[in-house]
Amino acid sequence: MAERPRLAVWKFASCDGCQLSLLDCEDELLALADVIQIANFPEASSAYVEGPYELSLVEGSVTNAHDAERILEVRKQSKFLVTIGACATAGGIQALKNFADAADFVAAVYASPAYISTLATSTPISAHVPVDYELRGCPINKTQLLEVISAFLAGRKPSILSNSVCIECKQRGTVCVMVKGTPCLGPVTHAGCGAICPAYGRGCYGCYGPMETPNTGSLAQHWKTLGESPSGIYRAFQTFNAAAEEFRKEAERHAD
Amino acid sequence: MPTKTIKVDYLARVEGEGALDLFIEGGEVKSANLRIFEPPRFFEAFLRGRSYKELPDIVARICGICPIAYQMSATHAVENAFGVSIGGQLRALRRLIYCGEWIESHALHVLMLHAPDFLGYPDGIAMSRDHGEIVRGGLKLKKAGNDLMRLLGGREIHPVSIRAGGFYHVPRKRDFEPIAEDLRRAHEIAVALLRWVGTFEFPELEQDYEFVALRHPHEYPFNEGRLVSSKGIDIDIADYESIFEERHVAHSTALHSVIKDRGAYLVGPLARYALNFDRLSPDVQALAGEAGLGPVCRNPFKSIIVRSVELVHACEEALRVIAAYEEPDRPFVQVEPRAATGFGCTEAPRGICWHRYDFNAEGDIEKARIVPPTSQNQPSIEADLKEVAGMMVDEPDDVIRHRCEQAIRNYDPCISCSAHFLKLQVHRS
Repeated sequence: MAERPRLAVWKFASCDGCQLSLLDCEDELLALADVIQIANFPEASSAYVEGPYELSLVEGSVTNAHDAERILEVRKQSKFLVTIGACATAGGIQALKNFADAADFVAAVYASPAYISTLATSTPISAHVPVDYELRGCPINKTQLLEVISAFLAGRKPSILSNSVCIECKQRGTVCVMVKGTPCLGPVTHAGCGAICPAYGRGCYGCYGPMETPNTGSLAQHWKTLGESPSGIYRAFQTFNAAAEEFRKEAERHAD
Repeated sequence: MPTKTIKVDYLARVEGEGALDLFIEGGEVKSANLRIFEPPRFFEAFLRGRSYKELPDIVARICGICPIAYQMSATHAVENAFGVSIGGQLRALRRLIYCGEWIESHALHVLMLHAPDFLGYPDGIAMSRDHGEIVRGGLKLKKAGNDLMRLLGGREIHPVSIRAGGFYHVPRKRDFEPIAEDLRRAHEIAVALLRWVGTFEFPELEQDYEFVALRHPHEYPFNEGRLVSSKGIDIDIADYESIFEERHVAHSTALHSVIKDRGAYLVGPLARYALNFDRLSPDVQALAGEAGLGPVCRNPFKSIIVRSVELVHACEEALRVIAAYEEPDRPFVQVEPRAATGFGCTEAPRGICWHRYDFNAEGDIEKARIVPPTSQNQPSIEADLKEVAGMMVDEPDDVIRHRCEQAIRNYDPCISCSAHFLKLQVHRS
């Protein structure tokens, strides 16, 4: 067999769901392992092949000093570095601590706060090192993950659109939930999930983060006409991608 | 005799980040510390001020491998606080989506993470080169679980359809036709998998665990039941805090849970099985017997057989729910918030996942407390490690290290849940 490119999967602060997406490719996993060498993927294998790696998938955000050092080493060992998911791309839900008192957060969970070492912030990988591609989602879509890996193997750009969830609702023929009075973040949220929430009778909650140039102000205004409170609007923009710039700024406009 | 330290810096094939330090002195294992250095993410802190409506979506993010467990414990806690009870088909659908999660999670662990230990492979992919049929079958089984989660939940990781009072959306009866066919095939695969793992060679080890699990009057437990133990505990889930407590130790970002009077206890497949064997169907009981199990199993290495028994049970239960399914009139019952405290406890694939929330009159959370399964098992994991390493102190470090890693994987530890990752260090003196 010809020398296969080496793949590494790295974990920072996260729920493991995005790297699990790779193991959830039940139909493709064995074929994938034929064309790419899974060289370092601790969640799946105790085999370890030293770097450098042609492709690194990075899950999770940076929340402590040790991880801030570790990501520099990961970058050095990686020819092509792709972040997978909202934590790695925007700091994740744990970025909510960026807006709070970190000491208060530690004390709320742990009896002996002195044992816990944590930075005051949860930051995306791009705040620390250059990133070659960012795949959105909480969690990522496994079909998009396969597209990113295939594009890498073929030496081309991933074919992933950056428009809003609205386009995906149109594609699957879902009637707009906002027309029926349900607040939805779809118009400002990056596509990729397949517009599942509206198809399941609820509004999008923004887990793929902001689309390119979102008009969040106009959407927030519309939510008000549907009867949503300022605190409801604030929280909607302050959840799974709280530190993504466009969502953070819109939330600030509705803070107490 | 020299002091010796054996160290495993990064435990593989577990979900999350941890390590192990073994201290050996005079040919005796002095201590075994499972160090969890998964960075904490402070869910209990940022849940404060959030609405009960946001709760199921937020707690799902504690764990990508068992989001349903968190969503179920949380929604039951909300309903408990607001005085709502879910029955009929909505209750059945909750069992069904939980079957999906057990199938997906157990199949992943049995086949891709745990079986390679017994056969000497680094992972499931390498194992597939010699055991292609069983690995391909196992992946089909795992996929059937994920398909069930996707149909009911919209997607397999962080499903979107769960809400207090039921679901945002429920399937039509005909939507189940293709999946029922896959599940019948999955059931056959699970039976073959159970027979296969029953042929493995297991290290001799019998531990005197105090098993803790839910127990329901009629069912093998998922969402409901009393909290019982093999040493006489039998309480309402609301009384959990009177018997159990969490302690914060320096070597772990996951809190350690203990029974106040007695110390370590065990949750998960071995405990569920031992306390609920009589709730399995006669067919599943017979298959367990054929695979070499009695009604109680105290060998942690044989947890792979018990997980396989539960895989057969989950396929059987899923087919039962689907066969009896009639589309409910509404996907959810109305929930009205009030100032109250609510408790939820359900059986995650790895054991009981206990939640408590204090809500204000608007239904916003004032205080949250979440006890995941892996943090409850930490003291038992450490006790197993001491025992396992103690039986082989004179072996080379590499041999001890490998066996200890295997002993940790017996638990399918989900360190992401408990906080996250494993390293092993052995200190000898």
